Amino acid sequence: MTPVGLPHILLLSTALFFIGMFGFFTRRNLITMLMSLELMLNSVNINFVAFNKYLYPQNLSGVFFVIFIITIAAAEAAVAIAIIINLFRSSDSIDVTDAEEMKF
Amino acid sequence: MNLLLLIIIPFLTAVVILTAKDFKQSRSIALVGASIQLVLAFFLLNQYQAAKALVQTEAFVFEQSFEWFPSLGIQFLIGVDGISIAMILLTALVVVAGILVSFTMEELHKEFFFLLILLSLGAYGFFISLDIFTLFFFLEVAVIPKFLLIGIWGSGAKQKSAMKLALMLMGGSALIMVGLIGLYYFSNETGNRSFNMLVLAQYPISYAAQLVFFPFLFAGFGVFTALFPFHTWVPDGHSSAPTAASMFLAGISMKLGGYGCLRVATYLMPDAAVHYAPIIITLASIAIIYGAFATLMQTDLKYINAYSSISHCGFVILGIGMLNKTAIVGAVMQMVSHGLMTALFFAAIGMMYQRTHTRLVSQLGGLLKVMPFISSVFVIAGLCSLGLPGFSGFVSEMTVFVGAWQNPNFWYRLATILACASIVVTAVYILRAAGSSVMGPITQKNFLHLTDAQWNEKLAAIVLLSGIVIIGIAPFLLTDLLSSSTDVLVEKIINTF
Amino acid sequence: MQNTNLVLLTLASPLLAFLLLGIFGSSSNWLKKGAGIIGTLLMAVSFFFASQLSLAYFLNQTPNHTQQILFSYTWLQFGSGLSIDMGALLDATSAMMLLVVTFISLMVHVFSLGYMHNDERFASYYAYLGLFTFSMLGLVISANIFQIYMFWELVGVSSFLLIGYYFNKQSAVAAAKKAFIVTRFADLGFLIGILTLGYYGESFDFLTLIGRLSDVQSPQFAAIGVASFAGISALTWGLLLVFMGGAGKSAMFPLHIWLPDAMEGPTPVSALIHAATMVVAGVFLVARLFPIFAIAAPHTLDIIAYIGIFSALFAALIACTQTDIKRVLAYSTMSQIGFMMFALGVSGYGAENGAGFSASLFHLFTHAFFKSLLFLGAGAIIHYVHSNEMEDMGGLRKHMPITHISFLIACLAISGIPPFAGFFSKEAILHAAYQSNPAIYYMALFTSFLTAFYMFRLYFSIFWSTQKAAQDNAHGEGTWSMKIPLILLAIASVLFGFIPFSEYVSTDGKPIATHLDVLFSIAPVTLGVLGILLAKQLYQKASVKPQKIALALGSAYGFVKNKFYIDEVYQYITKKMLFAWVARPAAWIDKNIIDGFYLLLAQLTQFSSVYIKGIQSGKVQAYAMYFFAGILSLASLLFYVLK
Repeated sequence: MTPVGLPHILLLSTALFFIGMFGFFTRRNLITMLMSLELMLNSVNINFVAFNKYLYPQNLSGVFFVIFIITIAAAEAAVAIAIIINLFRSSDSIDVTDAEEMKF
Repeated sequence: MNLLLLIIIPFLTAVVILTAKDFKQSRSIALVGASIQLVLAFFLLNQYQAAKALVQTEAFVFEQSFEWFPSLGIQFLIGVDGISIAMILLTALVVVAGILVSFTMEELHKEFFFLLILLSLGAYGFFISLDIFTLFFFLEVAVIPKFLLIGIWGSGAKQKSAMKLALMLMGGSALIMVGLIGLYYFSNETGNRSFNMLVLAQYPISYAAQLVFFPFLFAGFGVFTALFPFHTWVPDGHSSAPTAASMFLAGISMKLGGYGCLRVATYLMPDAAVHYAPIIITLASIAIIYGAFATLMQTDLKYINAYSSISHCGFVILGIGMLNKTAIVGAVMQMVSHGLMTALFFAAIGMMYQRTHTRLVSQLGGLLKVMPFISSVFVIAGLCSLGLPGFSGFVSEMTVFVGAWQNPNFWYRLATILACASIVVTAVYILRAAGSSVMGPITQKNFLHLTDAQWNEKLAAIVLLSGIVIIGIAPFLLTDLLSSSTDVLVEKIINTF
Repeated sequence: MQNTNLVLLTLASPLLAFLLLGIFGSSSNWLKKGAGIIGTLLMAVSFFFASQLSLAYFLNQTPNHTQQILFSYTWLQFGSGLSIDMGALLDATSAMMLLVVTFISLMVHVFSLGYMHNDERFASYYAYLGLFTFSMLGLVISANIFQIYMFWELVGVSSFLLIGYYFNKQSAVAAAKKAFIVTRFADLGFLIGILTLGYYGESFDFLTLIGRLSDVQSPQFAAIGVASFAGISALTWGLLLVFMGGAGKSAMFPLHIWLPDAMEGPTPVSALIHAATMVVAGVFLVARLFPIFAIAAPHTLDIIAYIGIFSALFAALIACTQTDIKRVLAYSTMSQIGFMMFALGVSGYGAENGAGFSASLFHLFTHAFFKSLLFLGAGAIIHYVHSNEMEDMGGLRKHMPITHISFLIACLAISGIPPFAGFFSKEAILHAAYQSNPAIYYMALFTSFLTAFYMFRLYFSIFWSTQKAAQDNAHGEGTWSMKIPLILLAIASVLFGFIPFSEYVSTDGKPIATHLDVLFSIAPVTLGVLGILLAKQLYQKASVKPQKIALALGSAYGFVKNKFYIDEVYQYITKKMLFAWVARPAAWIDKNIIDGFYLLLAQLTQFSSVYIKGIQSGKVQAYAMYFFAGILSLASLLFYVLK
């Protein structure tokens, strides 16, 4: 059995990214879309960590970026959920197709 | 004389109008401002002749220059010659008359007069600019008020007309902009590019560049002066506009185009003008004869005058296209003459409309009996339009014809004959309009109670009429003014043959 | 200098009358009342100066009558060395015309005092008369071909104003428009002719132009001969086009259609404008340029001669069938002008060859008097009867003795019966025609027979025949202001034939001896008498004979009575062809195709905007999709295409 190498991890992260993307495009529930977004972010995180470990083990910049992204993601989730709650208050729905006043 | 006064006074007038309390105040402020400007214009004429008597060679006098965008070589450069003075006088006369006929106004009077004065500011600035960037700036200043004047105070399908007019004129401006940039870019390819007309005239851009950019400039200014086939804004725009705006539009604004064709396109790109002359002449003769025939079918007095303006402005283009001194002098005379005459025509139509509430020839009739003054003015404007000797129309048209006939080329002759033929058609439509609207039996009973012109309307008519008659009886006054300035223009063209 | 002042004063007084009455006439009550007196007095002043000038010219300068430029002022300088100079050219022709115009105009002014007495727009009427007289005087003294064109247009417009004087009558307005537009069309030719002659002659001045273009050696003559279009030289084109202008004003076939309709104007106006002065302007114009016609392009004179004689005959035929007295007179005017035209056409240049020229102007001179007399007489009759139709008249000789006698004199004069004025001038014309072109001579002879016939048809129907019931009229024959002009003109019609005209007016200024060949006169006079007797036979007593003859002639009579349907042809050409096939399509194209193009542009813009704005749907997921698609395409671009 071959050891886990960079290609495996990249495969995982790619899968995770596209799953997230698929969810983001197809789900109409805003919470689910937010979760899909998190999936994509996490796939990026995995990439960073993997590249850091396999290509530049002497550096730590990848890990730093991951921590940075986690922090931002947390903040972003807070803002997003706040928006979603406000949206729910105003239109009694968290369906994304109901929130399309911003057109033309 | 300080030419800046010519734009400072309208500006101050416009600002003061905004402080007016009621309609009477705003109209008197506008009238005072316009009258000062008229006096100033005559003073300028006087000063110009004095200055010319001293120095024979200078083309432009009273030049002033201010750096505007030094990094791009854009200056605020002003100066006048005979042609611009003729146009300034025309503008001043039409503005005074236009304000005099707007003595009744229900709403938004301050804004109305503000926009009128702003429009005239644009025209004055345009005529004194010697830097084509400044010139373009003032051209745009003169366009925007038209949109509002028609859209707000107009009649009929006013929004549509205002939109059409503004869009087509903006289209023209866009073409002009392309041409200006071309002139600028190719003016001095080693650096130090310039918008300065004097520099551009002295060192014309290369022949190839002229061939590319001349059509843009000529067509762009052509839109303003109703060059066929860019004329369709004229009928709708004129007929929807309020009286004063129609007068400004036909009397001043269309002249911006003619002046631009001459001063910018032809003066700065003489070689291309020679190259494109056959096309220009073809379009002009089409406009003349086709405009005249299209007028025959019109039933609304304002449409009749608007279409006849297309025909008459064709003479301007024809004169410019013939590229000889006589024809160009004729073109400028025709601009002045048409400006006065058409303003008078619109004033008379406006007065009639205000009283009878109709402009349809078929519904009018016998007005000569109930309002002799207005009807006589209408008939006189018509007679001027059909080129009766004693009025300005005759001398200007004849000058164009004599100039045009100087070219023995068969096609040029043919174009001239067509242009001459239009004076017969003009007679037909003018007499039809006059015959059934002011002559003939009275068609509606309520016409019997109508009153003749008020003092202000009489004054407006007299202001314009005096211009028409003076030019008609003593055309040498105008030709003397124009002669030396056109020499400068024509010299360039002859050099290229 | 003396003469200059006289000319200026002659012109200034009618102009003053026009300005005074035209501008202030409607506002000042005082002027409104006194308009007639003021106008007439000013006209009398003008006549006084004009007669001084002309008589001095004719009596003092013997034997050769020179052409003098009294003054010249550059009015409009064209860039190319051409200019319009306002000036006054005094020669025998213009001196004669000055006299005729001021005299007839004065007579008409006086006559109108009575005739237009109760008119509402009395002041405007006299203002227009002043304008017309001023323009006509300006026309005859013009020293520049462009100057003559200007005054030409001005007489046209004053004619328009006066024909349309009764502007609340639809027919008057229509007639005024027709007169102006037809003559304007002719003036188009005139203008182009002027441009052509001026361009090649390099001047618009008459004397310079004539000097250059009638001199075979001059470079200008060579240039205009070489330039050609459609195989005809520019000189011929120029002259024919100038003649076209003259033919329009002088109502020559086929540009005559406006003249009969012009009778809608007040009758004194017809006497002044459409009989004596304006309509002969065409003859005057050809006479002015005569040296060029005769020396440089004699073949154009042939055309003029044939047009002249054809018009004369054509109009005489129509005149025999008309029933409106003014229309009969209008056609007779056209016919007489035809005489003048062909007399010019058969003339040559210099000495005895120029007899036709002198004869033509002689006829112009005498015709002015007797024709305006006829019109003024007709005016008096219309004033009395209140109708223009012959059938409403009859037996008037007892009621209107002065009118009767003067009308008779005029009829005899126009019929060419000695010793009345028309006899001498017509003899001279026929003599010139006989020597030059016998075909024209015989046609002219027949026409003068017709002239006598239709004039006396008119005379007998009005003054003899049977009296109609509707003629009881309280105001009698008319005021003295109406009678005096009739008397004066009648005297002129008797006496002026004895003037040895050709000694004063000739092609080259050298007098030609007048001679009267009695043997030659027998034929025309006999024919004239025959015409009169025939008319007497048919019309002296009311009878059915004329109707029988008309019936016998059948459709030929109808064809002539309807004026050969020329009006209908014009109607067809203008209404059915120009309006339907040029004007209407032009308006349609403008509205639908050209404006349609701009509307199409606008609609295309709107259409595409509708589509483009659909992209901005407000759906977040769609935006995200575009975003990813964009990144994907950019990435693939970077990796695979640009490398």
